[in-house]
Amino acid sequence: MQATAAGLARPRRSTLDALEAALPKIVLGPTLLCSLLFVYGFIVWTGILSFTKSRLLPNYEFVGFVQYASLFANERWWVAVKNLCVFGGLFVSVCLAVGLLLAILLDQKIRAEGILRSIYLYPMALSFIVTGTAWKWILNPGLGIERLVRQLGFPGFTFDWLVNPEMSIYTVVIAGAWQSSGFVMALFLAGLRGIDDSIIKAAQVDGATMPRIYWSIIIPSLRPVFFSAVMILAHIAIKSFDLVMALTGGGPGFSSDLPATFMYAFGFTRNQIGVGAASAMMMLGTVVAVIVPMMYSEVRRSRRG
Amino acid sequence: MNIVQRAFVRTLVASAAGTLLIAGSVIAGDVEVLHWWTSGGEAKSVAELKKILEAEGHTWKDFAVAGGGGENAMTVLKSRVISGKPPTAAQVKGPSIQEWGAEGVLTQLDTVSKAGNWDALLPTVVSDVMKYQGHYVAVPVNVHRVNWMWANPEVFKKSGAKIPTTWDEFAVAAEKIRKAGFIAVAHGGQPWQDATVFESVALGIGGADWYEKAFVKLDPAALGSPVMEKAFTTLRTVQKYIDKDAANRDWNLATAMVINGKAAMQFMGDWAKGEFTAAKKVPGKDYVCVPAPGTAGAFTFNIDSFIMFEQKDAEAKKAQADLATAIMEPRFQEVFNLNKGSIPARSGMDMSKFDQCAKDSAAEFQSSSKAGKLVPSWAHGMAMPSAVQGAMFDVVTQFMNSSMSPKDAAAKMAAAAKKS
Amino acid sequence: MVDHARAESAGPRSIGRAVVYGLLILVALYYLAPLFVMLATSVKSLDEIRSGSLVSLPARVSFDAWSKAWGSACTGADCSGLKGNFWNSVRFVLPAVVISSLIGAFNGYVLTLWRFRGSDALFTLLLVGCFIPFQVVLLPMAQTLGWLGLANTTTGLVFVHVVYGLAFTTLFFRNFYVSIPEEMVKAARIDGAGFFIIFWRIILPLSPPIIVVCFIWQFTQIWNDFLFGVVFSSGERQPITVALNNLVNTSTAVKEYNVDMAAAIIAAMPTLVLYVVAGKYFVRGLTAGSVKG
Repeated sequence: MQATAAGLARPRRSTLDALEAALPKIVLGPTLLCSLLFVYGFIVWTGILSFTKSRLLPNYEFVGFVQYASLFANERWWVAVKNLCVFGGLFVSVCLAVGLLLAILLDQKIRAEGILRSIYLYPMALSFIVTGTAWKWILNPGLGIERLVRQLGFPGFTFDWLVNPEMSIYTVVIAGAWQSSGFVMALFLAGLRGIDDSIIKAAQVDGATMPRIYWSIIIPSLRPVFFSAVMILAHIAIKSFDLVMALTGGGPGFSSDLPATFMYAFGFTRNQIGVGAASAMMMLGTVVAVIVPMMYSEVRRSRRG
Repeated sequence: MNIVQRAFVRTLVASAAGTLLIAGSVIAGDVEVLHWWTSGGEAKSVAELKKILEAEGHTWKDFAVAGGGGENAMTVLKSRVISGKPPTAAQVKGPSIQEWGAEGVLTQLDTVSKAGNWDALLPTVVSDVMKYQGHYVAVPVNVHRVNWMWANPEVFKKSGAKIPTTWDEFAVAAEKIRKAGFIAVAHGGQPWQDATVFESVALGIGGADWYEKAFVKLDPAALGSPVMEKAFTTLRTVQKYIDKDAANRDWNLATAMVINGKAAMQFMGDWAKGEFTAAKKVPGKDYVCVPAPGTAGAFTFNIDSFIMFEQKDAEAKKAQADLATAIMEPRFQEVFNLNKGSIPARSGMDMSKFDQCAKDSAAEFQSSSKAGKLVPSWAHGMAMPSAVQGAMFDVVTQFMNSSMSPKDAAAKMAAAAKKS
Repeated sequence: MVDHARAESAGPRSIGRAVVYGLLILVALYYLAPLFVMLATSVKSLDEIRSGSLVSLPARVSFDAWSKAWGSACTGADCSGLKGNFWNSVRFVLPAVVISSLIGAFNGYVLTLWRFRGSDALFTLLLVGCFIPFQVVLLPMAQTLGWLGLANTTTGLVFVHVVYGLAFTTLFFRNFYVSIPEEMVKAARIDGAGFFIIFWRIILPLSPPIIVVCFIWQFTQIWNDFLFGVVFSSGERQPITVALNNLVNTSTAVKEYNVDMAAAIIAAMPTLVLYVVAGKYFVRGLTAGSVKG
């Protein structure tokens, strides 16, 4: 696409220029089209379904807000919502804390860094079904940790969270954090390695202690990493479905249900697509309300900096 | 070009080639059957059906999707129906058959059913479920009895207890067993298992007539009645004798507890027999199968069946008709049920190859039908629409996992019935 | 790397390092425990599993469960193990990963170096695609694929994975390219290079770190996916995750836990190997700037 000598092909140049100016939009086009159709379009379709009488298969008979009323009157839905807040909040915080801590520790010129890093990272490679199954056994009071510790000589030890309706959601946090904090560690490690040494050295010359340096300089400069990590963790938390199904099956009872598993059960197994669609719209609404503004502000800020 | 650029070109070409590899879809004359029988015994049974059909010249395309007792399979089925390419047949049972029929996607099996004289071979209770608006749309494969109790006689002997025939006797026996150091009731704390146990309790306390009013007709008076309360109270008693590690335990691990002599009894359908057989235990000696307390003479049935979807071309229709015929034939019915632990849906079959528990089951199937005590299992999707069943599961499982009072539970059951 | 070796004196430093190593090893045990359980169970016999503790060492090691999982376990009426499904997965995962990464690369390139009015807004809108729960799109996508004539084909499955992978691949490449100075591109344009030439000659050679990150991420996501695989494929073309699920989730029959665990490890093998081998490139790729925005 070389520009020809000036004056020789002016009409050609303007067509080419127009084409070239449009090229970015053309390249981005298919992706945007897919997003429009297959993300937003389907969201709209789900929205429409949430106002219909759909049960076994989609049915376009409109019934207003009946499905939403049914949803809000459903005790199981509110348990799922509360669980998402508890699980989401804990999962993200634990992964961030563990990931950051491990990254800082690993950054101390550790000898076996490669091996340790592989050990922390490998859980991410496993599918949630594998993770859930393995942890289900480990956390089972009669077979796993509780029994092991008792065998080691602590007969009073109990660790029955998995089967306790109050605590079952926390077991999902344990298994989920196990799976994902390695990735967060990799992100933070990369971020730490990208920090300019000269700032650190200057602070040390000024007499600051290491903890102080970490707190005031290093961690704040990892802000973009926090953003990426939160984005990815939030996405995993919202979509958490396979993990819950494999680990607790939503139980005991439905105490560890999450909106994603609720939606699946009602939409597909219980032949109540209308209610399932309503719950999906609630989930999506939360995502849009909370995450989109956060994302947009970070995107603009990152471009400026 | 540097390495990256070369790799770029190569991958560009390869991916273009890759996308052009359009794997073929189901062609005419094939039989595609959606099911979730993926384990040893069950898979063997399905393989029998495959053999029969391949001998008739058709191609079997296996379409197995396990998980959640059919949850994943139902998701896949809906997607396939929506995309306009339903399978030949799918494993669907109970009132769901009616729900699918109402969507207008099932085919009518009139020719095949008349030729095979199905009306004469199936009890009315069963054939009604297989029909939509008077026409057969589904074929039954087997009959499971759900209200069994599996007991280890050794454990009873050692505890000085007697195998209970009523729920009052149960409380006495269970107490003795517990004092002797055994676990009285082996159970897995999953919603469907909770419901299975509760169903037998309810039948034992309320009787077949009340059971029908409450769970089949969904009569609110029956559901919210003192009988239901008493059933829940009894469930609490049973719960006392379940060990505390039961949560989310798989049903076959609970059966193992009975096999190993750690527990005395389990309330489970006749598929539990497969576990005993695999552990080389002999019925009558190492274990006994008796009706759950209070349910002698009554039979809670769970029938697996295949619904048939409307096919577009002649080859596929022929293959489908052959499939329906083959399923009802004695040969398949015998082989399938021998492997699975259930009894044939087709009546008048030679039961000599079956073990004693199966023979008892077959005899009671006929006698309970005559006495009006043949009832569908609501815990296994035979009695009510899945929306209601799901809501009732929630109530029972909540009850087992909280300190809900029997009175509240009964009220919630009545409320759950409104979820249609 | 943060270098503070000089800041501490010898005594407290060795205690400090002991603490550091101690913590790291403790955490490593937490991470390795499930893998140990899986491996140990897969080489025990069924009796030992039923009677013993699940975290104990096997009395006798046997690889029968492994050969059964690969070659003869039942995943339906077919009892030929996981080997067929393994290659099914390979067949659709590779094209999907490559295509989604390619398109993501171009998108990232456009969004950072050929910006136009509203590209930031468009990027944010695209990112929402990361959050959509897949259950929501199953039914409408099934209907769409039916209309397109792609229902139940490998192409259809690749298409679905590409569509829903675009948000992430675009994110990775965009965040990486954001650190490429615009002057580079401006200079090249003045020299007369156009859109594709700049990508080919300048951007692509800088990209290996992020290509690795993107590839690893997409491969893991698509290989481990269950929902799309189960709904949009069928029969002999089911991916390994679906076959694994069929194997492990028997509803009313005997469970062979050792075979289940062996099968789970087989299914996880490619992604595990990828992370162990390419893990350091992953970190390197993340270091190279993908994270800074």
